[in-house]
This record gives sequence, structure tokens and C-alpha cells, in this order.
Amino acid sequence: MRNRYARVMMATASLGLAVATVSGQGPAYRAPRTTDGKPNLNGIWQAINTAHWDIEAHSAAPGVLNEQLGAAYSIPGGHGVVEGELPYRPEALAKKTENFTNRLKLDPEIKCYLPGVPRAMYMPYPFQIMQNPKHVMMFHEFAGAVRTIYMDKADQIEAPADSWMGWSHGRWDGETLVIDTKGYLDTTWFDRAGNHHSDVLHTVERITPRSADTLLYEVTVDDPKVFTRPWKMSMPLYRRVERNPELVEYRCIEFAEDAVYGHLRKPGTK
Amino acid sequence: MARRFLVSLGVLAALIAVSPLGIVPAAAQAPAAAAKPNGTPARAYVVPKTPDGQPDLSGFWTNSTYIPLQRPNGVTKEFYTPEEMDKLEQAAKAREDEQTVPGTQQDVHYDDGQFGLARSQGKFARNLRTGLIVDPPDGRIPPQTEEGKKRNAAIAAARKVGTPPPGFTLRDLTGGDLDSHRGIKIDTRCIMMAAVPPPLMSPGYLPNYQIIQSPGYVTILVERLHDARIIPLDGRPFPSENVRSWVGVSRGRWEGNTLVVETRNSNGRVQAAERGLMAGQPISGGSPDMTITERFTRVSPDRIDYRFTVDDPKTWTKPFTAEVPFERMDPQGPFFEHACHEGNYSISIMLNNARLAERKAAEAIKKGSN
Repeated sequence: MRNRYARVMMATASLGLAVATVSGQGPAYRAPRTTDGKPNLNGIWQAINTAHWDIEAHSAAPGVLNEQLGAAYSIPGGHGVVEGELPYRPEALAKKTENFTNRLKLDPEIKCYLPGVPRAMYMPYPFQIMQNPKHVMMFHEFAGAVRTIYMDKADQIEAPADSWMGWSHGRWDGETLVIDTKGYLDTTWFDRAGNHHSDVLHTVERITPRSADTLLYEVTVDDPKVFTRPWKMSMPLYRRVERNPELVEYRCIEFAEDAVYGHLRKPGTK
Repeated sequence: MARRFLVSLGVLAALIAVSPLGIVPAAAQAPAAAAKPNGTPARAYVVPKTPDGQPDLSGFWTNSTYIPLQRPNGVTKEFYTPEEMDKLEQAAKAREDEQTVPGTQQDVHYDDGQFGLARSQGKFARNLRTGLIVDPPDGRIPPQTEEGKKRNAAIAAARKVGTPPPGFTLRDLTGGDLDSHRGIKIDTRCIMMAAVPPPLMSPGYLPNYQIIQSPGYVTILVERLHDARIIPLDGRPFPSENVRSWVGVSRGRWEGNTLVVETRNSNGRVQAAERGLMAGQPISGGSPDMTITERFTRVSPDRIDYRFTVDDPKTWTKPFTAEVPFERMDPQGPFFEHACHEGNYSISIMLNNARLAERKAAEAIKKGSN
């Protein structure tokens, strides 16, 4: 009797160990639940890394307007959030280089354009996740970008039109929110370094609570027009834990208009 | 018994909403269940709850209406008869259906009906009010204070009316100029639009709102400009007066089944209707320190009664209150991404054409003097 009990306990323990080993995280964290029994992702979150500068590993580098801005607006180094190097097709790599060279003219962030996905998730500004059984909403400070993730199968239709933030279907896989997104325009970048994609971009994101105040955020990027194979990025996301955290309106169009329309002003006009 | 009441009420409401003549067959009339003149159902409604226990306001709603904010000049009564309202709605629909004259600006740009955006092409809540203002009882915005008059006179004087480029009229520019993007209206620049900031009065088109509820929050997502007004319900204080925004900062609380939302911390630019004028904003001239209080009550499966009070002692001698009913949208979404600024070709086209016209005029002068 006792032997069988011991054997059952051993089996259970090793199963638990096996699960922990597979996930590579130690014992899995179980997040508090929403009223409909799902891991609770509600809150304000923010990435802390240099992915918004360059998702690949990079050294520190000078910025622009060095005489005026100096070190304050130079580029910090980072270990990268991509597994390995980005597997660009040769012509797509040439385009990336061209993007970087002309980034002051071409980076959509400068124009206050919607940042797209996954860039919105690791821009250095907070975003708020709001969760109910039908939708997981993400509200980003920058440009007031909004992501709607449709959780109800009845709403999981094909994207009726392409968009900057894509069309997202969500489902739960245990502790993980899986977000499948298509219907992207090709107009967004992955970062300020000119890393880019086409309109057949397909992302699968996995958001897994790893502690009370952190999430593990993983993205698989699939774009056969630009890359030779799918590739993956991952990073933690950190909860904003100050008292009464709240997004502040960041309506940046006015800050970008001189960059977008300045060349069309009447000569001699401010 | 109760079920039949609800069914006949639904039929009544459906007939009023759909029938252009507002004729209600006698068989469907139940005097005890007749809606109020503003369309609020007479029968009390048991509001379902969200999973976290809030009265359920969630879903896609429209506040489309033909009713102006203020009671029109010459109208003294508070409500039209159903027949009078039908005539007004039919006249409005006829104007929208009118074939625009080919080659005119109206024809090229403003034929909303071509895109299914005309009011008559969508749902709207039945309401016999002559104007949206319910208080003061005369249905008009109260007089301005001396301070308000002074401030607004100074703003009007400072508003620069530029010299239009050759071939353009001031009317084309609707009050601004084309020296740079700064002379163009704020809504044309996609910075802010009517019906986005509170109070939520119906714009000419795209009067679509999604209410999203989650624990401790109500969020109003406006399809226009994909604007998300996130309203915490935890009683936290307003931020410092140095943190201001175009739509202000909102704080909400439930009073029974009514969501009460107070908004402050406006940056005052919408109210000032500055050089970048914004179309369709009937409440202009207010100060940045105005407080707007909104009340949302679900009164039926298909209707939210919405009231707002504008309190701005620096501008108006007393507060005023208006009501704008919200009707459930059908179908229930989805919303499309309104990437307004991203797709805004109009600014570049207008400025480019202005520069071209100036160059052509300069060349003509040069040729003439040769």
C-alpha cells in the first residue's frame, strides 16, 4: 500500500519536474484568476530593454544631431531580443540597410504613425491590458494605438481590411494567452534600425505570467516575402506598480507635423 | 404577462424606429408601456451584470441624431409631435439623398451617402426633443460671464485669417490659411474630432462607440480616431493640473445603475476653437477648467440614456445639461481601425496645391512684366 502510494507520489513529482524542465522556468507560476477563470493579465505593463532601438544585439552608438543632443540622445547598446540574427532574404537585407541609412525620412515612428506589432509592445512607454471574456484590449500610450484581440470564436473572422495594428484572434493555452495576428499593412517597422516586414506578416505571440508583476512575452514572426524562415523574439514585460498607475495622453501628431509637412510650407513661414 | 409587455414594447420601439411615418398600429399600443417623448422606455429594466458585477453597458452604441444642441430660434416647446419629427427626419434624409451637382466640392468629397455614412442610413434612437439641452428650461446655452466674453473676444481677435493663395477663397480654407499645416483645421489634421472628447454629442458621421468593461474600469472606445477613454472606478484623485489632454482625464463611479463620469484636466484647445478650427463643435468658448459630468444608464436592451452637464463658472453664468440617447448598433461591430493621420493625404495635397498656385501666379507676374 505504502509502496504504491510512494510510487504514485514519485511519478507525480517527476511529472511536475518534467513540466518545469520543459518550460525551462522552474515551477510554473499560477496567476490569480479573472471571474471567468482565466489568468489575469489586467494592468499596466512596459518593456525595459533597447529593442525599440534595435531588436538585434548592438553596441552603443552615436545618435543624430550630436552637436546639440550629444550623449543624451545617443543609442545605448543592447543584447538583442531576437534568437540569433534576423534571417533576411538578400534583397530584404539590402532594404533594411537602405531603411537605416534613410531612417530620419522613413521611420514611421518619427511621423507619429501607428507603431504596429510587435513594436508597440516594446516601445519605451506603458500600455494597459484590459481583459473580459470577449476581448483582450491593449491600449498603448504612443499615438493612442489600440489592439483588439478577439477571444470569442464567433468574432474570429478573417481580417475585413488590412490595418497598421493587424487583426488578432486570441485563445488560452493553459497559463498562456496566444495571439494570432494577420491582416497587417507593410507600413510599420520592428524598431528604429529599419528592420521591416511585408504585408504577409503573420505573428503568433505568447503572453505568460511569470510572477505577480512580470509577464514572459514571446513572438514568432513569419514573413516568407522578407525572411527565409520564421524567427522568434522574447522578453519580459514589467508591471507598473506605482500607486494609481495611469497612461498619459501621448497624441503625437502635432509633434510630427513639421517633419511630415514642413517641406510644403510657404517660404518664409514658420 | 410581463413577457407580453416586453414583446409589445419591443414591437412599439421597432415600429417607431423603422416606420418613416411614425404610425403605430392600434393593436401594438399599450398606453401603460408607451415610451416617454424622449424615447426612454416607461417600464423599468433589470440591467444584466458584467462578470465582475458592474451594470452592463458593454457593446457597440451609436448616438446618431438630427436634434441640435440648442432649441432652434422660434421654437418654444420642449417636444415635437411624432408627425412633426417625422417631417424633420424625412427632410433631412431628402437632403442627404439629394444628387449633388457633378464637379462641385460637395459631389467629390461630402456625399456621405455614397459610403453608407449618412445619418438616415443608420440606426438612431427615437427622440422627440426639439433640442438636446434639458436645463436651462429654455433649451439654450446660458449667457457667458464677463470673463468668458473677454477671453473669447481676445481669442477671436488673435485668430489670424491668412491671405488665401491665388485661386482659393477663404471659404475653401474655412477660416484658416494654407501657409502651413498650422492654418488647417484640427480635425482635418486628424488631431481631434467632434464626438471624441466628452461631452459625447453626435457628429455628422461615424457616431460609433464601444463600451468595454473590465474589473475597476469602464473604457469608451470611440471609432473615430480609435480614441480610448479609460475611466478608473477606484475613486483615485484627478492628476495634477499640469497633466492635461485633448479629451481631459475622467474618473467614474457607479450610483446604483448609473455610471457617473467626471472629466477635468482639459487642455482647453477644443473649447478655444483656435486657429485650427474644429468642425461640428457646438460647445465652444469654454475654459480649460470646465468640468463635464456624464451619466450613463442602461434603460433597455437597446438603449443607454446619456446625460451630460457642463460646469464652467469661468465661462457661463450657470451649468447646463443635455441628453443624447445611445442606441445599440446592429450589427454589433466590429470597429475598423481609423488610421486617420496615417492615411491623411489631404494636408499634403492642399499645401502642395497652394504652393503651386503661388508659383504660377508669380510666373504670370514675371511674364507680364517682360
